[in-house]
Amino acid sequence: MKLINLTALALALLAASGSVFAQKSAADSIAEYRAMLQDGNPAELFEAKGEDLWKQKRGSKKESLEKCDLGKGPGVVKGAFVELPRYFADTQRVQDMESRLLTCMETLQGFSALEIAKTPFGKGEQNTVTALAAWISAESKSMKFSLPQSHDKEKAMYEVGKRLFFQRGGTHDFSCASCHGEDNKRIRLQDLPNLTKNPGAGEGFGAWPAYRVSNGQLWGMQQRLNDCYRQQRFPYPGFGSDATIALGVYLGVNGKGGTSIAPALKR
Amino acid sequence: MADPMRIRAQVAGNNATVRVLMNHEMESGQRKDTAGKLIPAWHITEVMATHNGKSVVTAEWGPAVSKNPFIQFTVKGAKAGDKIGVTWKDNKGDTRTDEAVVS
Repeated sequence: MKLINLTALALALLAASGSVFAQKSAADSIAEYRAMLQDGNPAELFEAKGEDLWKQKRGSKKESLEKCDLGKGPGVVKGAFVELPRYFADTQRVQDMESRLLTCMETLQGFSALEIAKTPFGKGEQNTVTALAAWISAESKSMKFSLPQSHDKEKAMYEVGKRLFFQRGGTHDFSCASCHGEDNKRIRLQDLPNLTKNPGAGEGFGAWPAYRVSNGQLWGMQQRLNDCYRQQRFPYPGFGSDATIALGVYLGVNGKGGTSIAPALKR
Repeated sequence: MADPMRIRAQVAGNNATVRVLMNHEMESGQRKDTAGKLIPAWHITEVMATHNGKSVVTAEWGPAVSKNPFIQFTVKGAKAGDKIGVTWKDNKGDTRTDEAVVS
């Protein structure tokens, strides 16, 4: 009898403690934390810097970027971000925001795109590109993703991106899809978006550039993809390389209709 | 020179809510660089806020405050059109002042 009572008591205690811990899921807590920080997202500091850099006369040609064509005509910034990567007739390439900025910085201002692409993240002119990316993406905040897929090269890039996404390799035999190909996966406490379809693709792709609270850095999509490859133990892809752009096309097209919240706030 | 702050001051009833984002490295002095050498401390030591020139907030900050810090406070009796000034000083003697108008 005594034993039964004890068991009942233990069960009651277990139930009580269980209810305390089950109040919120980890994802809820993180969402709450993000909401608290949203008011003071330091990405705004980078936006301000980016806007200034866009208008500043810089480089050997002492020109601003105000005539830069991001796909919607020279100087049009609003709405450009949600339609990138796209095909550009002048370079005959599909380009994402960051590689397009390199083109503009080279043709308009006289910087060397190759030189900037070789510069490590967070150094020299890479900081300029990141700040510009923050501002340009912010100008399209709350707009819906609608990447063009009319040009043959854009369609080809989507297919290439899809294959890269599912390509397994490296010491861990990983692909992007290993982490981002299924619903309801997480790594530690972070929910992993399923990037093969919405809402995951829109939320995942539409959050970068983002400010990372844990290291106090603003990361563009290029750096984010670079870090994905690092975690897969792949060699680093080149900055603005066709591989990274193809992945951007794949993610962006999958995220069609998703709302851009970039530059977002990340852990 | 240091980069500008972002100051937003909005009327909330009889008061104004002021939100400030500062651009600062806030190096704690505890971290080491890749060569193993200590990175010297570099952080904001003092924050002052004024309402139409009159001091309303002073704060002493140390190395525990994060990079690119955020501060929010309420100014009693502030109305639309009032001026809110924020100044910080760091341990290297650098300082920055920015101003915003309550809206």
